[in-house]
Amino acid sequence: MPSRAHLPAMLTILGFVFAFLYVPISVLVALSFNEGGLPTAWTGFSVKWYGALAQNGDILSAALNTLIVAVASTLLATIVGTLLAIGVEIRRRKGKLLESLIFAPMIIPDIVLAIALLSFFSLLDVTMGLHTIVLSHVVFNLAFVCSVVRARLKTFDWSVVEASADLGAPVVTTFRRITLPLLMPAVIAGALLAFTLSVDEFIIAFFTSGAGRASITLPMQIFSMIRFGVTPEINALATLVIAVSVVALALSQRLNRGLVGA
Amino acid sequence: MTAAQTLLSIRSAVKRFGAVTAVDRVSLDIRENEFFALLGASGSGKTTLLRMLAGFETPDAGQILLDGRDIARVPPNKRPVNLMFQSYALFPHLTVRGNIAYGLEMEKRSKAEIDRRVEEILETIQLAPFATRKPDQLSGGQRQRVALARALVKRPRLLLLDEPLGALDKKLRGTMQLELKRLQHEVGITFILVTHDQEEALVMADRIAILKDGALLQCDTPHRVYEHPADRFAADFIGEMNFFPGEMTAEGLRGLSGQVIKADGNGGPRPASKALAAVRPERLHLDVRAGDNRLEGRVVAMAYHGLDLQLHVRTALSPEPLLVRITADAAERQPIKEGDDILLGWSPQDTRLFPA
Repeated sequence: MPSRAHLPAMLTILGFVFAFLYVPISVLVALSFNEGGLPTAWTGFSVKWYGALAQNGDILSAALNTLIVAVASTLLATIVGTLLAIGVEIRRRKGKLLESLIFAPMIIPDIVLAIALLSFFSLLDVTMGLHTIVLSHVVFNLAFVCSVVRARLKTFDWSVVEASADLGAPVVTTFRRITLPLLMPAVIAGALLAFTLSVDEFIIAFFTSGAGRASITLPMQIFSMIRFGVTPEINALATLVIAVSVVALALSQRLNRGLVGA
Repeated sequence: MTAAQTLLSIRSAVKRFGAVTAVDRVSLDIRENEFFALLGASGSGKTTLLRMLAGFETPDAGQILLDGRDIARVPPNKRPVNLMFQSYALFPHLTVRGNIAYGLEMEKRSKAEIDRRVEEILETIQLAPFATRKPDQLSGGQRQRVALARALVKRPRLLLLDEPLGALDKKLRGTMQLELKRLQHEVGITFILVTHDQEEALVMADRIAILKDGALLQCDTPHRVYEHPADRFAADFIGEMNFFPGEMTAEGLRGLSGQVIKADGNGGPRPASKALAAVRPERLHLDVRAGDNRLEGRVVAMAYHGLDLQLHVRTALSPEPLLVRITADAAERQPIKEGDDILLGWSPQDTRLFPA
């Protein structure tokens, strides 16, 4: 235990750390409501940049693409990742190698994964587009969903699965009526995490989107706009992305906490 | 008990886990409507045997015949057998009613029948007011009854109970022992109880099978296993027992001091072999009668238990002090204090002889 005398010093450090983390974001959010649009002078509160955003066809189509990629990759990763987690848990006595292989995509740098996926799709001569982005996002989302569900499974009481079989339920019924409902908070938490990760993923999407504007996602759109300087529109867009991410993360954490108590 | 029919027949069942033989050629016949106990320490194979009956383990050899049909390879969901889990394994996301109805829903019973049978069993276990609660809103005793009801409502041919009272406190356990026994009579279903608690087995079971290291030591009524244990392990496991090491002679067992301990009524180990004589603590008494085995000793410790007085008596016949239980009445007639030299007697009829 640190002594009471250290408390003011610790609070100061804490303040600096939080300032370091959140001041840039706060500035960005504030500027998105700046009427004048200049980063140097506050000229009044306005939501006009959000309006401008809604008029920008490029941004809207990019946002739609991102939504498609995020929803599709989340769905796929959630289904496969949940089943994978259960399978690995049941077979866990076979060793740790399997587990490390599953979680590798969480650790491998995105740029490496991006290059690998690009080479892979080129090798197979796949025409790239939204579908390849979806598949690529499944690669890392799978690992995240799997790890969240695995964490829940560590404290899972398997005797309820045996009890279900004992009471006459076939395997599929047991999964549908017992295993899945009990894992559902973790499954949803994993899905929300996957969704968040997919929404703001840039490098892998950039490498696997193929040529042309058709499959540009939101982060790619922002990147291309930012080459001409930070516009107030980008601030507004970034603020919206933050809002979506924060809501998804908060939901995910809340569900994870909920299941510890259950 | 009348000559009831055999319901379950276990024939030379074997189960190995790697190099360990968890169940070693166990054969048992369990009768219709019997309350049967599998008794053993942890690692004795009793739980593995139970899991084979439930269908969660498949025997490596041998047969399990239920109503004459070999069910050794039938999956758990297709057996007319239900298990009450040690941890209860209630479904936490379902209500009490949902938990109990689950097994009937699996049988595709009509809604009306399910409702009727669930209500019936809720009355039987006196949990009707709690029907809409979730398991985490129940006490340990209530959860135990829900687990029991969930298995019973399916009216299985055989109900398996895995340490059903293990999680309850001592007082509640005593009540539930009698409760379970009453319920078993009421529903007329064969119960197989797995327990490490010999008292529980003695109180509840019609017959007890004692397992050690995967093998069956003895299978008999509580009275027989208590009074006539098959060997020294069974004698030691059930109740308390004093042992005197020695060697067999024509008259009995010659103990460490040279004194011969007489025993009636069993053939015993062959002459000149190493053997053990055994006597229960409550069979030793202070008013020595003619024909008794006699033994002098010094009281080294004593403990008052209300109903009886427990003495530790050092004698020349065994390296360990003897355990003696005398009734409160006997203690009043002959007051004893620590350090006293006393004379103990016991009948040759209460003496058992085992190969060492």
